[in-house]
Amino acid sequence: MARIELIDVVKRFKGETVIPNLNLTIREGSFTVLVGPSGCGKSTTLRMIAGLERQTSGDIRIDGELVNDTEPGKRDVAMVFQNYALYPNMTVRGNIEFGLKNRGVPKRERERLIRDICEIAGLTPYLDKKPQSLSGGQRQRVALARAMVKNPKVFILDEPLSNLDAKLRGQMRTELIELHKRLGTTFVYVTHDQVEAMSMGDRIVVMNKGEVMQAAPPMVLYEDPDNLFTAQFIGTPPMNVLPASRLPGLRTEGEGHAEFVGFRPEHALLSPETAELTREGLVIAGQIATRESLGAEQVYKLRCEAGSFFVKSFLNPYVGGDFALAVVPFERLYFFDRDGNRLRRLRAVRPQLAAAGV
Amino acid sequence: MPSILNRLRPYAMVAPALVVFSLFYLYPIGYMIHLSFHEWNFISPVKTYVGLNNYREMLADDTFLQVLRNSALYTVMTVLLATGTALPLAIWLNRKSAFHAFVQGAIFSPHIISLVSISLLWSWLMDPEYGLLNGLLHLFGISPLKWLNDPGTALVSLVIVAVWKSLGYNTLVFIAGLQSIPPELLEAAALDRSKPWTTFRRLILPMLSPTLFFLVIINLIGSFQVFETIAIMTQGGPINSTNTLVYYIYEYGFRFFKIGYASAAGVILLIIVGTLTLIYFRLLSRRVHYR
Ligand SMILES: Nc1ncnc2c1ncn2[C@@H]1O[C@H](COP(=O)(O)OP(=O)(O)O)[C@@H](O)[C@H]1O
Ligand SMILES: [Mg+2]
Repeated sequence: MARIELIDVVKRFKGETVIPNLNLTIREGSFTVLVGPSGCGKSTTLRMIAGLERQTSGDIRIDGELVNDTEPGKRDVAMVFQNYALYPNMTVRGNIEFGLKNRGVPKRERERLIRDICEIAGLTPYLDKKPQSLSGGQRQRVALARAMVKNPKVFILDEPLSNLDAKLRGQMRTELIELHKRLGTTFVYVTHDQVEAMSMGDRIVVMNKGEVMQAAPPMVLYEDPDNLFTAQFIGTPPMNVLPASRLPGLRTEGEGHAEFVGFRPEHALLSPETAELTREGLVIAGQIATRESLGAEQVYKLRCEAGSFFVKSFLNPYVGGDFALAVVPFERLYFFDRDGNRLRRLRAVRPQLAAAGV
Repeated sequence: MPSILNRLRPYAMVAPALVVFSLFYLYPIGYMIHLSFHEWNFISPVKTYVGLNNYREMLADDTFLQVLRNSALYTVMTVLLATGTALPLAIWLNRKSAFHAFVQGAIFSPHIISLVSISLLWSWLMDPEYGLLNGLLHLFGISPLKWLNDPGTALVSLVIVAVWKSLGYNTLVFIAGLQSIPPELLEAAALDRSKPWTTFRRLILPMLSPTLFFLVIINLIGSFQVFETIAIMTQGGPINSTNTLVYYIYEYGFRFFKIGYASAAGVILLIIVGTLTLIYFRLLSRRVHYR
């Protein structure tokens, strides 16, 4: 168990700045997921923690100890690579044993550790097989066993499930979560898949272009995003964003000027006519462009004057024809400024207050 | 009709290759085996059948046995030195920098220079009186060597030339082999606290074994057929110390005009090289494919 701190970390590759300035604390014992689009510097961050890549400047601490000049093997970090990086010339046993041998663990002890770990990982029948003859899922388990057997302070995993098929991926997801619970070790997990991030992490770090957009537990990211990027990265479909100036029914009060208005597709309600709904929320009139039924839920794509947006509903399919009014409760609206930062001190004004004046 | 044409088409396609192969490989080999049972002087219309006499005579010839020994010694030394120096060099050169690229190009250049030029160049370098090598030795206070003129050093001198010529090619192949090792493997080893030597012995060398094996066989076959350097630099001397199989065949065939006898020696060479090639393909099909 260990806490990892990255302090003012900068990484440049031959003049190209990949990470401009990273400050990040990964709590001890947490399952932290780094998520972000491809090429945003997730792997680079992991590799700097592992010591495979040296930061251009800044400090990295593991368990309070400065590890800037500590070689990878001495950091007590175990890594699971995307393509597993199993030693092809060694058997499963050889792969797991290699790190132990290099640590000078005596033979008896090694054999006990390997036996135990293979029992847990279900690898006992394959101990004397070479990695090439194993399936993807089995290779994945060998990679995990090889990491686990060293009893590291930190586990880092770089997109470990992306080479598996959908079914196995789901299964391994659960296994990894259970593994983390049992070991209690700090896990740093990288993925570009927000669904995977939401379902696995107890803390998620959303990254973009080498910068942390927001670091928070999954539900906080979902309900209380700091910025447009996070809002639109999390959720399927992502948060709808429309320019505030094109929404005539909207009035706001508080600090700041809303450039963009966002709402989650699942918070909008479809209705065929205006009724009294205007008092409950923002009403956007639109044409239904597509309907997608996923059984329990329906996803509609609507086109309106301000742009297009999604509505997700768990109710019975909408029967009001192609025209619909989407109503979003005022308290479910998110406001963002010109740079995409969230305006937390801005609220929508309920029309009845204005009506009282008439 | 079309079905017959269809069936003939593949044969028609490979016919040119087959004709060339038969004319320039199969036929000469067959003819050589045929000649090895005869006595013939290249000119006379008569070829006398002598059965296994040529072979008997050859195996009883002390010179031939020495030639076989020389060939084996030359081959073993060349292969060991050529691969043994190319591997560390490849590890050193396996970097991306202008300097490393330059060195890589420099050591590769002998590979594309004709063996005749190389032989002349090294004859001069190894000249006992005016040669650059002895000059260098003199600088370090070492007494001059006679190089090609001493039966004790002549064969080794030829080995040096062969290693120098093949070094660039061997290094290049090793570098290609090194680059085919996924970098994550080395990173995983680093995280496994593997020391550089352990990583080399337990991971890099096994991953490189197909490459190493390829180079050993290629150099083995090439060395057994060495001819140009010997013909130009030593003519097999002094006192047969550098006389090897191909040169021996050449001497008997084209200087003594004992074609039958030379053919018999050719058959021996064919058997040796053929066996090596067979071993190569046998092991190649069984070799481990690391992925
Ligand atoms: N060794 C390297 N040399 C040069 N550029 C690199 C190197 N490694 C990564 N990069 C660049 O750094 C950026 C971030 O890469 P990476 O951390 O692998 O992204 P991610 O894992 O988030 O997809 C990319 O633009 C990539 O091209
Ligand atoms: Mg990556």
